Amino acid sequence: MIGNLDSAVPAGDIGDKWTQHKFDMKLVAPNNRRKFEVIVVGTGLAGAAAAATLGEQGYKVKAITYHDSPRRAHSIAAQGGINAAKNYKNDGDSVYRLFYDTVKGGDYRSREANVHRLAEVSVDIIDQCVGQGVPFAREYGGMLDNRSFGGAQVSRTFYARGQTGQQLLLGAYQALMKEVRAGSVELITKTEVLDLVVKDGVARGVVTRDLRTGEVQRHSAHAVLLCTGGYGNVFYLSTNAKYSNATAAWRAHKKGAAFANPCFTQIHPTCIPPSEEYQSKLTLMSESLRNDGRVWVPKNPDETRPASQIPDADRDYFLERKYPSFGNLVPRDVASRNAKTAVDEGKGVGPRKNGVYLDFADSIDRLGEDAIRERYGNLFDMYERITDENPYEEPMRIYPAVHYTMGGLWVDYHLMSNVPGLFVLGEANFSDHGANRLGASALMQGLADGYFVISYTLANYLSGLLGESAVPTDDPAFVQAETDVADRVKQFLSIGGTKSPDWFHKELGKIMWDYCGMARNETGLQKALSEIPALREEFYKDVRVLGSGESLNQSLEKAGRVADFLELGELMCKDALDRSESCGGHFREESQTEEGEALRDDENFSFVSAWEWTGDPATSIRHEEPLEFENVALTQRSYK
Amino acid sequence: MKLTLNIWRQSSTQAKGEMRAYTLDDVSDDISFLEMLDMLNEQLISQGEEPVEFEHDCREGICGSCGLMIDGQAHGPQMGTATCQLHMRKFADGATIDIEPWRAAAFPVVKDLVVDRSAFDRIVESGGYITAPTGSAPDANLIPVPKEAADAAFDAAACIGCGACVAACPNSAAQLFTAAKVEHLNLLPQGQAERDTRVLDMVDTMEQYFGSCTNHGECTAACPKEIPLDYIAYMNRDYVRAQMRNRKLAGQRR
Repeated sequence: MIGNLDSAVPAGDIGDKWTQHKFDMKLVAPNNRRKFEVIVVGTGLAGAAAAATLGEQGYKVKAITYHDSPRRAHSIAAQGGINAAKNYKNDGDSVYRLFYDTVKGGDYRSREANVHRLAEVSVDIIDQCVGQGVPFAREYGGMLDNRSFGGAQVSRTFYARGQTGQQLLLGAYQALMKEVRAGSVELITKTEVLDLVVKDGVARGVVTRDLRTGEVQRHSAHAVLLCTGGYGNVFYLSTNAKYSNATAAWRAHKKGAAFANPCFTQIHPTCIPPSEEYQSKLTLMSESLRNDGRVWVPKNPDETRPASQIPDADRDYFLERKYPSFGNLVPRDVASRNAKTAVDEGKGVGPRKNGVYLDFADSIDRLGEDAIRERYGNLFDMYERITDENPYEEPMRIYPAVHYTMGGLWVDYHLMSNVPGLFVLGEANFSDHGANRLGASALMQGLADGYFVISYTLANYLSGLLGESAVPTDDPAFVQAETDVADRVKQFLSIGGTKSPDWFHKELGKIMWDYCGMARNETGLQKALSEIPALREEFYKDVRVLGSGESLNQSLEKAGRVADFLELGELMCKDALDRSESCGGHFREESQTEEGEALRDDENFSFVSAWEWTGDPATSIRHEEPLEFENVALTQRSYK
Repeated sequence: MKLTLNIWRQSSTQAKGEMRAYTLDDVSDDISFLEMLDMLNEQLISQGEEPVEFEHDCREGICGSCGLMIDGQAHGPQMGTATCQLHMRKFADGATIDIEPWRAAAFPVVKDLVVDRSAFDRIVESGGYITAPTGSAPDANLIPVPKEAADAAFDAAACIGCGACVAACPNSAAQLFTAAKVEHLNLLPQGQAERDTRVLDMVDTMEQYFGSCTNHGECTAACPKEIPLDYIAYMNRDYVRAQMRNRKLAGQRR
């Protein structure tokens, strides 16, 4: 039973909280650190940064990844950039402004103190990354370059061409490998965490399955850090990598960790529209493109001319028209909904009329093709490889796609879940982005949590455990967890049904996209809440998993992940139904302004919904963490 | 379109493998090569045959997970393109396509088309980093980096670690991968303190696993990020200089 959810936010002025709290928290002396074992699950930005940093400090770390190398985590695919309040452009940025923009951009559903800390450490991240050799874009004088990004009126985004995530992850991965060499981190690859071990209400370790041999193993530790990313793949089609999944987080939820704001998902406005039935994933085109590209659709739904022959008078630059001050740079949720409106009105472009134009012609005229190639060359090439169309000559076609999940496991100010000893970092937690994440802030949060927050807050927790050894792996709690994992593997292999795990995943994705996607309403969500349990029941009767559990078996891995998505999807719909207000990426059609913008209900919904597992998603219990805004005044967001 | 696929099937590292033929109908031009394999796997599952295991993840050409020998070419016929970004419009209707895993002693087959590339991690582990413990770095703009140098480091850092360079090389050498990893850091001012030990350690580790370079250049032709051969020359230069230099004098201006 989950009791009171204490956010553990320290007292004091918002600008001093973190500094004062760093002094107030307890430390672990260097000679004692090696006595503490820490398991880090996932090696993306948050996980690799945390494992490297804790290893450097002298803790005994195990880093576990299901990839063949830590460098393959999906952080690698982030394109646009990373925000930091360096104010190198002298254009009015500050820690407070980054904090303010993030709380506002999140539509006032994030925790102020966490966001301010994020803004504070953002500047240290850039220093750290440059020190590691991350080749950020530079000016000719050798100084770092910045650009602006959606939802911001200052240039605070650092970038490495269109491959910022790759370069930041390589930095964190290399730091991690340095610690592997030093012997402070044990790296375990091709291994999936399938359960959290909890004893006396405290996280004690994990149970894993070796994906190459099928061997189930027990790992014990003083603390477990989940850095496992988001759950966007519940929609089947998303910009997430194919392996990205919610299993470790969901298993932790089923062992008692509260799941917060599951319905807060981000639909990214600029992705390549789906082309046909076997589409396996959607490809993002960085939001940075909106700096130089203009979004438009033909005014006439029956337009047949190619884009280049449609004169300006017959085009509707709908973002510039509706939001003159932010124009094409409105936040993601606003840009996405407006694209959906245009397509729903029949003004969509492309063979399936399922996209809007993102046009670079004006920028190419103004800056020249070379300048555009320098900024976005790799993205334009990728677009051409996928669509066979040349975006230097004709406008790109884009449409929103599921991209990021703001919801996740509930954590307090220390990034600790309500299960003591279980910490959650990066996209896997819920705390910093509210109901909508600003562009270039995911990389910032992953690295903030991993490099600059966890080492302080974890020490504070571990200091109380000095002298206690980790629970031995022959403890009944470990034995039981291992048996459960092994039984589940056997269960999938023995169902012997007729349909592949992918079939079920696609069906779930359709339900989620139709009823819990860019716009949601009560009728649709009720429908989803009846269809998902039925699909789940069918899954356990009719899924077909061939092969054995003793060798590499991707179909078996997939079955376990889909089984968990089938429960999580239901909880997302339940949360979306429960939250009858609109906020950020959560748009309830029943709650909108006269102009069709998301209308919050601060009186009734200014809280975090933290769900408790009861054995069935239908009966999950909602707890509330009230949100208090002492610094940023709640207003209706306006980007006009 | 209709395709005949000859695919390498191997149940484990120890097992003997073989090419097996499959036919696939109604393949759309617009799907990717991996989506074509997804289609095949759905067909195999419905027929009760074990699906083909292949590595893939981001499907955006950046994670480096995928990598197949397609008609004997690493990542297939399109230059500068990883397997996941290759689309079926590059193949003709009625084509027969051979699909094999990377072939190299340092990359043992795990199953079917999946190989173990952990030797790459061993190379990076031996020196492919700048020792800058968290919190120790000075302000990011303290050391200006000339744009040309930053760009050259970036071009090397673009490596996705897929292993195509090794697979394409007649000697199974890993010079292009190692050079990219070494030079990304050795070209930057921040990487200078460990410049010599880095190249020595990484090259020595590379040689424990991989063959030797004889300047065929197949690696760069197969590289999905088109990393140029120049970096191998830079690495060799660094290696030779590192052998000769008295590192006690490395703090002096060169």
